[in-house]
Amino acid sequence: MPFIPHTGPEVRDMLAAIGVPEIESLFDEIPRELRIEGISGMPAGLPEMTIARLMTERAEADGRYLNFIGAGAYEHHIPAAVWQLATRGEFYSAYTPYQAEASQGTLQALYEFQTMMASLTGLDVSNASLYDGASALAEAVLMAVRSHGKSRRVLMPRTVHPLYRKVVRTITRNQRVEIVELDYSRESGATSVESAAARSGDFAALVIPQPNFFGVLEDADALTDWAHSRGALGIGVVNPLSLALLKPPGEWGAEHAEGADIAVGDGQPFGAPLSGGGPYFGFMCAKQALVRQMPGRIVGRTVDSQGRPGFCLTLQPREQHIRRAKATSNICTNQSLMAIAATIHLALLGPRGLARTAAQCHANTVALRNRLVAIPGVAPVFSGALFHEVALRLPAPVAPVLARLRGERILGGFDLASDYPELADALLVCATETKTGEDIERYARALERTLEKTAPC
Amino acid sequence: MNVPAALRYSKTHEWARLEADGTVSVGITDHAQERLGDMVFVELPDIGRKLAAGTECAVVESVKAAADVYAPVCGEVVAANAAVRDAPQSINQDAYASWLFRLKPDDPAELGSLLDARAYAEQAKSEA
Repeated sequence: MPFIPHTGPEVRDMLAAIGVPEIESLFDEIPRELRIEGISGMPAGLPEMTIARLMTERAEADGRYLNFIGAGAYEHHIPAAVWQLATRGEFYSAYTPYQAEASQGTLQALYEFQTMMASLTGLDVSNASLYDGASALAEAVLMAVRSHGKSRRVLMPRTVHPLYRKVVRTITRNQRVEIVELDYSRESGATSVESAAARSGDFAALVIPQPNFFGVLEDADALTDWAHSRGALGIGVVNPLSLALLKPPGEWGAEHAEGADIAVGDGQPFGAPLSGGGPYFGFMCAKQALVRQMPGRIVGRTVDSQGRPGFCLTLQPREQHIRRAKATSNICTNQSLMAIAATIHLALLGPRGLARTAAQCHANTVALRNRLVAIPGVAPVFSGALFHEVALRLPAPVAPVLARLRGERILGGFDLASDYPELADALLVCATETKTGEDIERYARALERTLEKTAPC
Repeated sequence: MNVPAALRYSKTHEWARLEADGTVSVGITDHAQERLGDMVFVELPDIGRKLAAGTECAVVESVKAAADVYAPVCGEVVAANAAVRDAPQSINQDAYASWLFRLKPDDPAELGSLLDARAYAEQAKSEA
């Protein structure tokens, strides 16, 4: 099937018009030794019927598991209308269109997305999405460093998602940004202001995860106030679903409620199904004063020459097609399709539906925790208040327990030991609104059986 | 082309004026504002910042472009024009009244190394 819509004669005419004998000659400037003649290792094409069968078999090999893993990506019910609408041809692109204003419907949907995200985070402005939560955090770090002007050091709690910290390091390490990690309290599982205050010198920003990777609620008010008292920005990393119940980043701070300056996160809980690494999407909101430091596309509402309302991409001089090497970012991509799915998802749930979903997730996780700690030897790792995810200590090494549970078609949680060596035998679990009381009981019974078989450590 | 004879100019389209108090006012030329179009945003340097000649120290942003502004001579920033920050379009109305910042020059004689009005006008014409 040809994916280039030009006919042979059209191609010949175009080549003749520019005086080139064949398409290959357009690539002459690439040295011969750097070019590959044909791709090796690619099997020949297969008929549609054969490939459909192959893919079905592969999908079945993945199996159907009862899933209790969260750790940054959460299984939520997605109303059928979300993807029915999002996959309409008018929307079906990962990108903002290049002739943006010709696609008023896409721009309006993204404008609604920005409005929803700004409203959820309690901040002034939102961009039209970023690649994912981890890269959104990296962009927020760079944004804080640009806006601070003096310090290039950023405080990063170890309670931030381990993969986010890795991505931040990868993206910032050649830009003379120093990431200073902050340890957490072994007792509460939260980051203390004292641990931050023990660090001397200037900082451009303090990252504040809420809830943190362990599901524990940080003292976001105190951390925000501390950051501001030191002339640093507060960067919130939030699960957007939690914002239906928790105080939004824009209102953080006990003394003056100045709010976090930037809020980022992964939008996956809104309409994106779990899949191996995505596509998900990142979001970023900020105070108005920082809008010119914000990377990515921003849709604005305006009027045309006849006074009719319309939508346009705005503040484009920050962007790479105009500002080139000095753009706010040259690596920020966006995920328009996922952002539009999120917009539809949020519109279908509404504020009350979202709050009910968040409350149900939390209630299910609490029910799961209460049931599991009734098993001898199982106990919560941390004492801090939590949202919708909890770390539990097992009386046995986690990896073999999880392997046995997989044998019973249960994904039993996330093994914390590889990212947190000090948390041996600790398991991170989560039960979203998709789990029933029977699901929780099935998991608990399977864990009981597994622990009986596994030698205590 | 409006290039006042009393001012000095840089190749990068800044104008510089030695004030009576010994400071140097810096702005962008009328030619530069005309090429950039309607100004929407100005970012100014912090007071107290020490600049070497040629250092990027401010940004002017129009509806279609953003351009860096460079220090024409070495010196310390002693003032930033809040009126221009609040109303960037004043640069379009009168580029030479809309100074962006003032420097206390390390060596006032350095102004002599900048272009005079005739030389700048010739450079601007050749770029047009």
